[in-house]
Amino acid sequence: MNDLLTAAIVVIGVPAVLVGYIVGAELILTRLVPERRQGRVRPWLWIAPALAFLTVFLIYPTINTLILSFQDRASRSFVGLANYEYFFTSSGTLEALRNSLFWVVFMTLGVVGLGLLIAILVDRVRYESIAKSVIFVPLAISFVAAGVIWSFMYLYRTPGTPQVGTLNAALDVINLGPVNWTQEPQPFNNLSLIFIGIWMWTGFAMVILSAGLKGISAELLEASRVDGANEWQVFRNIILPLLMPTIFVVGTTIVITALKSFDIVFTVTNGNHGTDVIARRMWAEMFTNGHFGRASAVAIVLLLTIIPFMALNIKRFREQEAVR
Amino acid sequence: MTAPTGPLGDQPAAVVTAGGRPLAGATTARRRRFGSHWLIHIVVLSLMVLWIVPTLGLLINSFRPAAEVSASPWPSALFPPWDFTLANYERVLTRDNLGDAFINSLFITIPATIIPIVVAAFAAYAFAWMNFPYKNVLFVVVVGLLVIPLQSTLIPVLRLFAATGIAGEFLAVWLAHTGYGLPFAIYLLRNYMGGLPKEVFESASIDGAGPATAFFRLALPMSVPVLASLAIFQFLFVWNDLLVSLIYIGGARSENLPLTVVVASLVSSLGGETHFLTAAAFVTMILPLIVFFSLQRYFVRGITGGAVKG
Repeated sequence: MNDLLTAAIVVIGVPAVLVGYIVGAELILTRLVPERRQGRVRPWLWIAPALAFLTVFLIYPTINTLILSFQDRASRSFVGLANYEYFFTSSGTLEALRNSLFWVVFMTLGVVGLGLLIAILVDRVRYESIAKSVIFVPLAISFVAAGVIWSFMYLYRTPGTPQVGTLNAALDVINLGPVNWTQEPQPFNNLSLIFIGIWMWTGFAMVILSAGLKGISAELLEASRVDGANEWQVFRNIILPLLMPTIFVVGTTIVITALKSFDIVFTVTNGNHGTDVIARRMWAEMFTNGHFGRASAVAIVLLLTIIPFMALNIKRFREQEAVR
Repeated sequence: MTAPTGPLGDQPAAVVTAGGRPLAGATTARRRRFGSHWLIHIVVLSLMVLWIVPTLGLLINSFRPAAEVSASPWPSALFPPWDFTLANYERVLTRDNLGDAFINSLFITIPATIIPIVVAAFAAYAFAWMNFPYKNVLFVVVVGLLVIPLQSTLIPVLRLFAATGIAGEFLAVWLAHTGYGLPFAIYLLRNYMGGLPKEVFESASIDGAGPATAFFRLALPMSVPVLASLAIFQFLFVWNDLLVSLIYIGGARSENLPLTVVVASLVSSLGGETHFLTAAAFVTMILPLIVFFSLQRYFVRGITGGAVKG
């Protein structure tokens, strides 16, 4: 397709089709449907495009993936639980599962812990907004760019050659290292990758927790200080309990992000040196090994680990609706 | 991008305290008492340095000649004799086709931002202001879909695209991103539109305005703040996405690949010539950074509105 034509479609065609749909639907509705029935038909016309997209791109594929996970490599015949058996017995996938667990635990602890620490500390400095921007920026860039950025942080060369990676150059100055951050020692090299995730997402936690923190009444904090509580007691007995619901929300978001993480591992190590995670494993089963049954089983395992959070989300949503 | 869980307040939660007192006074009180502690400054400043250094180092390296990059770490470039060059950018934009990939990223991102927001706005308007059977059940389904990992949809959707012949085309990625972005967009917009004053819509209806008019003339203009937040989210999400383009465009039409995929493949193909990657990474970051710094307020408001009780 020629670029100019694409540009025209992008800028004019797409919005025109969207607006045309609803204007056309309303036009047909008011002309062809008797007035007393219009109210019953109208809502469905308005949500039809959304329902179609959700069905075609989320609901149907997820159900289909579940079925594929019980079939063979080319989805021709059913193989029972063989793909799941492979997942829970092969050393490669088990390693990926272990690493994903590392991601969930350490990325969540790191992001929430640092986010909370920074939110509380920047509340007390004059350069709060600059500090927040600095911590927040990495959220705007891609995991791929972050992977490249940190490849140069972690860059390792054999001892004797000049160390040009930032961290090893720093170690060199104090006569230590060099450390092969992303390769050795396993499994601790996973932490190097996880820190990239922490670097990117701490700003997210900080922004939300900081907003929660500003919502706590200053009088309440001041009163407890006047009553003789020290800073730790104020944090432990007032700030933390009041922030707990927010911490919980941030935590679940990060857990899901960690479970789905793909790009960092794909860019930095491509799953080598014992750093594979389930999301990248699925891609490998799909394209490197061409085994759609196993790839689907990996996807379903990923989905099953996320289902509890879906239930939590729905429960919390219901509670909020009840308050509304 | 996120799994939000609270109603979207009209105001960012950060602006007012629970007591309704403006924030400025409260913060001053906190600062007066604890702001001067040197330990706080040390911790905050060192975290800021840790957060800036990786990007700063890469930026400086991207302007250094290849020989320098592999001979000494980036801080040495800050001392004379200075030796900066644009050669790395020149090379990645021409020989590695990042220029074309940049255009592709735009062609992918703009519709993949517009379509889900408009489709979500239609649905959100119906969810907020119309009555129909199964409305609540359907909305709970939307909330449930918020966390579906897109990995669990890849294979069937790829086969669907292959069967219809649009695998490799921009259209495939537009449609897929619309599906993936919709739950969050519907959720956020419905909560916001539901909070708009009822009287406005009632009087419009009495004046004879149809739902389409009320939607385009009232609901959309009044929802501009949340639409802006949503647009930034979806824009950044699509622009930064690797997986969706990698799978649905992939090898089928490599001339349609966006920046992220091209740069990710440069990472493995460049091998020893890693200094070009520094420039490549910055080409992918430039637009998100501009968007971020010019619209940070909306970005933050979108995040806090999605997650904090307003």
